[in-house]
Amino acid sequence: MTVIEARGLRKAFGTTIALDGVNLHVEEGRILGLIGPNGAGKSTALNAILGLTQYQGELKVLGRDPWTTRDKLMRDVCFIADVAVLPRWIGVSQALDYVAGVHPRFDRAKAEGLLAKTAIRAASKVRELSKGMVTQLHLALVMAIDAKLLVLDEPTLGLDILYRKQFYDSLLNDYFDRRRTIVVTTHQVEEVQHVLTDLMFINRGRIVLNCNMAEFESRYLEVMVNPEHLAAARAFKPIHERQVFGRSILLFDHLHRNQVSSLGEVRTPSIADVFVAVMGNQTGTAQGAAR
Amino acid sequence: MNTQSNAVPEPLLESQRIAPAAMTATRPMYWSVRRELWEYRSIYIAPLVSATIFLLGFLISLIHLPGKMRAALALDPGQQHELIEQPYNFAALLIMGTTFIVAVFYCLDTLHGERRDRSILFWKSLPVSDLTTVLAKASIPVVVLPLVTFAITAVTQGIMLLLSTVALLGSGVSVATLWNHLPLSQMLLMLLDHLLGIHGLWYAPIYCWLLLVSAWARRAPFLWAALPLLAIGMVEKIAFNTSYFAAMLQYRFTGGPESAAFKAGSMSMEPLTKVSPVNFLMSPGLWIGFAVAAAFLAAAVRLRRYREPI
Repeated sequence: MTVIEARGLRKAFGTTIALDGVNLHVEEGRILGLIGPNGAGKSTALNAILGLTQYQGELKVLGRDPWTTRDKLMRDVCFIADVAVLPRWIGVSQALDYVAGVHPRFDRAKAEGLLAKTAIRAASKVRELSKGMVTQLHLALVMAIDAKLLVLDEPTLGLDILYRKQFYDSLLNDYFDRRRTIVVTTHQVEEVQHVLTDLMFINRGRIVLNCNMAEFESRYLEVMVNPEHLAAARAFKPIHERQVFGRSILLFDHLHRNQVSSLGEVRTPSIADVFVAVMGNQTGTAQGAAR
Repeated sequence: MNTQSNAVPEPLLESQRIAPAAMTATRPMYWSVRRELWEYRSIYIAPLVSATIFLLGFLISLIHLPGKMRAALALDPGQQHELIEQPYNFAALLIMGTTFIVAVFYCLDTLHGERRDRSILFWKSLPVSDLTTVLAKASIPVVVLPLVTFAITAVTQGIMLLLSTVALLGSGVSVATLWNHLPLSQMLLMLLDHLLGIHGLWYAPIYCWLLLVSAWARRAPFLWAALPLLAIGMVEKIAFNTSYFAAMLQYRFTGGPESAAFKAGSMSMEPLTKVSPVNFLMSPGLWIGFAVAAAFLAAAVRLRRYREPI
């Protein structure tokens, strides 16, 4: 089943183009990482998917138009936005009461079970909780909703490493069941590398890379080249080159492992390195075109 | 016949299929109103504080009550009545004034505040429509606050009567005069009528205007609510040397058809000076007000959909 289907999605704020003809196709059971620099249009794309912002072009989420049917769509979609958005005045038990009151698919017992594993007390107010605890609370609320699509916009921003690790662990272990779909944006790329099934780079409102992780691993490879093989390795046209402890690491796109295995140590690059390479080349071509 | 018997199970099946989702439209509404009461506790705390302060003052004033009652016996029944009723009306007025201020500040803050603290993103992540949310917010000044005011005033006046009775019994002055001049149930009925009619229905366009500004303004909703009205009045005065707009606002604020009744007897509870509920409900001013309120609310609903966190 198709969860998100977007064709020619456009959105402009005045003269700034946030989304420039984005096509998106997300199937059920995927975990899609939407990676991009600040101001690339990630949040705008998510807001469009969630019915929080108007857009041009075609967009269907679970078969619905998010802008006109947000309230109905939200029975099947959950989201956690970039910063803690739980109102500071609300109490933990009030939050549970309210979500249980308005959400037909909320399992209060499950949320309470998740909260029992944390240091959050039912009598606490959100303003008394630490940032990490507020995120835990929000995650507990969201994970207790039997939703089809979960959207996370920088969910771990500002959290310490323990909470960040825990966040993705509980998401994978207690929530993801291959019927659900997750779309996540983050700057902490290294954290989600092993979580994602699909990857999408977005820059200046355009999608610059769209592949699943199996494709990613077969497509990109990184070679740590010894100085004497450097010229030979460069002949294969790396998309990016960097120096680490006097040795060069060359990143290749669409190159077979056997072709370069004699030149040095070959491995799968991290998303972060590919991201830097792809975005760097983007900027380069843009500047080149401008000249 | 046949088609009918076939048609019956279908809605049943449908309702079973969406059984976990079977939520009546009133449930999100109910919880939305409850959450407003959680967030804005001043809705009931402010009038309670007013009532408490008034009762403290009243308690002290009881020292003079026996003397006042003895003096009152010398007056004619009309003056007696006014003298005895006065503190009770004053209590009602004080609590009403408090809740009106609470209503104004509530309306100005509610749709602005949720954007300011970004919690609108949380509320919008739940299956509650903008219409339900805005209606729930509008119901606070139109329905909830008048009822809260009524309940607190009724209890306050009851306590006043009780305290007065005890004070009079202690001093040996007859309580008959006091009780005769205080038709408490009738007074409360009039109060409820006034609260629901004026504070709820007649003021609805005022509250809805404030809600609209609250949904629209990026900052300083209070100024945005007040200054344009002032500006319109000024421009009208300068351009045409008339003040219809100001007169219209005054008519709205002073309670329209009922205002005459209040001017006459400084909020007298006499049934004769009061506009009958039928006449009030038939008055065009009320219905024009409803139409304006509905337009403001519709705009507020739309704005809530478009506006992003500040």
